[in-house]
Amino acid sequence: MATVLAPPVSESGFSFENCKRNAELIKKGFPAPKATKTGTTIVGIIYRDGVILGADTRATEDTTVSDKNCMKIHYLAPNMYCCGAGTAADTEKTNAMIASQLELHRLNTNRIVPVATANQMLKQYLFRYQGYIGAALILGGVDNTGPHIYSIYPHGSTDKLPYTTMGSGSLAAMAVFESRWHKDLSEEEGKQLVRDAIAAGIFNDLGSGSNVDLCIIRKGSVDFLRTYDEANKKGVRQASYRYPKGTTAILTTKTKNIVVEELSVRQIEAMDVSS
Amino acid sequence: MSSSVSRPYYPDYLAETPTKHHFSPYADNGGSIVAIAGDDYVVIAGDTRLSAGFQIYTRQQNKLFPLTKTTVLGCAGCWCDTLTLTRLLNTRMQMYEQEHNKTMSTPAAAQMLSTVLYYKRFFPYYISNMLVGLDDEGKGCVYSYDPIGHCEKAKYRAGGSAGALLQPLLDNQVGLKNMQNVQVESIPLDRALSILKDVFISAAERDIYTGDAIYINIVTKDGIKSDSFPLRKD
Amino acid sequence: MTQLNFISFQSILSYNGSAMVAMKGERCVSIATDKRFGIQAQTVSMDFPKVFEMGPHLYLGLPGLATDIGTVYEKLRFRKNLFELRENRRMSPQIFSAMVSNMLYEKRFGPFFVEPIVAGLDPYTCVPYVCNMDLIGCRNEPEDFVTGGSASAQLFGMCESLWEPNMGPDDLFETTSQALINAFDRDAISGWGAIVHIIEKDKVTTRELKTRMD
Repeated sequence: MATVLAPPVSESGFSFENCKRNAELIKKGFPAPKATKTGTTIVGIIYRDGVILGADTRATEDTTVSDKNCMKIHYLAPNMYCCGAGTAADTEKTNAMIASQLELHRLNTNRIVPVATANQMLKQYLFRYQGYIGAALILGGVDNTGPHIYSIYPHGSTDKLPYTTMGSGSLAAMAVFESRWHKDLSEEEGKQLVRDAIAAGIFNDLGSGSNVDLCIIRKGSVDFLRTYDEANKKGVRQASYRYPKGTTAILTTKTKNIVVEELSVRQIEAMDVSS
Repeated sequence: MSSSVSRPYYPDYLAETPTKHHFSPYADNGGSIVAIAGDDYVVIAGDTRLSAGFQIYTRQQNKLFPLTKTTVLGCAGCWCDTLTLTRLLNTRMQMYEQEHNKTMSTPAAAQMLSTVLYYKRFFPYYISNMLVGLDDEGKGCVYSYDPIGHCEKAKYRAGGSAGALLQPLLDNQVGLKNMQNVQVESIPLDRALSILKDVFISAAERDIYTGDAIYINIVTKDGIKSDSFPLRKD
Repeated sequence: MTQLNFISFQSILSYNGSAMVAMKGERCVSIATDKRFGIQAQTVSMDFPKVFEMGPHLYLGLPGLATDIGTVYEKLRFRKNLFELRENRRMSPQIFSAMVSNMLYEKRFGPFFVEPIVAGLDPYTCVPYVCNMDLIGCRNEPEDFVTGGSASAQLFGMCESLWEPNMGPDDLFETTSQALINAFDRDAISGWGAIVHIIEKDKVTTRELKTRMD
């Protein structure tokens, strides 16, 4: 029930209610601000027993680093993960939405979802928005037909490849793959190759940086190796900058006490999943 | 309103309108410079990364240019302008020396730099300059410039691509701004050096154009000593 | 037709000017903001609220366009109250920031010009939490500090040098305050007074700071 006093929380889907106002602001000479981009290096390869995905962990806003350790490998399904480059919010939310649809699909069909299904859902979604959703993705997973790597572009086109790279560091990473990838890599060789490809992006591309994340997907098991390699450590400070108490001039102080309520533990009944 | 006048035929790659050919004479090659002056010394440091866009050109470019035994110039911005400006300055320093039979003092060099920059008022050198040295009394001094020659004398200064990140910390730790119960005294050289390194560590974390290493020049009455310090390389 | 002659700012996010920072400490968090409300270079008011109490341990900072600060705050207050009535439990900072993020992303193609900061303690475990996001809701949940507003570059430089792990409430207050004051003194369109909240398990201390007023 929706009234003026209690409006519905929200309709689903995008809201365009601010668009007209924002267009007026642009006309008056206020350009729309830029969103956080992940100037990125992301890669994926097929090795002997599955796939390995890799990503750096830097998010940038123009030329400043806004997040030094962000996650660019997103969960899609138990047998599928997806790396994202481009507009950070777009990759995150697109993957979250497709992940929920894939889970419903898995429950409906009671099967391991094929990687091709996720690819199709992602490309159709991105094509519908004509590239305005700025997500460049590398989808990797293992299903009943074997390991698969797809690269998906913001406009909805896709490639199915044995090894691929994306983002601003893609050339640096691809150079490593072109010289060293072969189709019979062992897991250790594969991990080392992906690490070196990401490191090439981290060191040679200014949009990529910080650490290396890896995700290894085999048939029936996944290793998500967050911060597999800390490629860059922050320098050690020479001096300490702690201030003695009373350094800052204070005008007024107000203290608000919080009465901590008694904590009680509630047993939650298991969800009814019969029928 | 459609026009019924028949127009001469143009192939689709030719237009009736004048064609504008765009060329930007400037490049931003990034880099940051920090200088701190003390009672009998001045230190200046610049990072060693030379970059454009998302690319690194080199990781070991010295951006400090000693002009005399007590004067050092630090440059960040358009590298080709830096090369031209420093060549011109070196020539002018030599001419001065041969005409007047003495080396130019730091305040004189600072004034000359301002003049040289303003000479190109309408096609400026796209550089943020920082000139440091010892003045006539042997005290450290820092002169910072805008690209068209406005000159400001200070005790400490940060400039270049991470200037906005570095300056507030210098205000606080060197200028002792916004603090109660602190004794105002000039900072010793080792303290200045550790602050210098720390601000660069911070800048390398957040500014993509600052990193790899820093070169430091320490100017005292005995001459210029150089030093370096590594930074993160991503 | 009137020709409007504006000073060209980088973006509409810097139309009113703001500086905001939140830091994690040992079992406490801080959130601090300047108090200026201006229209470009002209200062209009010096006590403009930008940090809001959303719950006993939960604070929300909204740097950005002043008109959207009001709108977004009211929308979030409504949604949070509705959640707490429906679920009969307190909203944790994580859940709250997820809600903010989803609300902003809904407006992906016509955003609100705010870059929210969420700071708080988990209502049950008292684990510190800080988070900021861009104007379309991309979350950043670091282990140390977050910054926002037109002075964010200056704040990044200050915090990167000043922040240390495991600061107690008193150290956290001095560090946060010094980071904020020195940062906004180098930004022409923020400053004019500051407010610092220190959130602990059993109390929230709110201090107004003495700063330059120019």
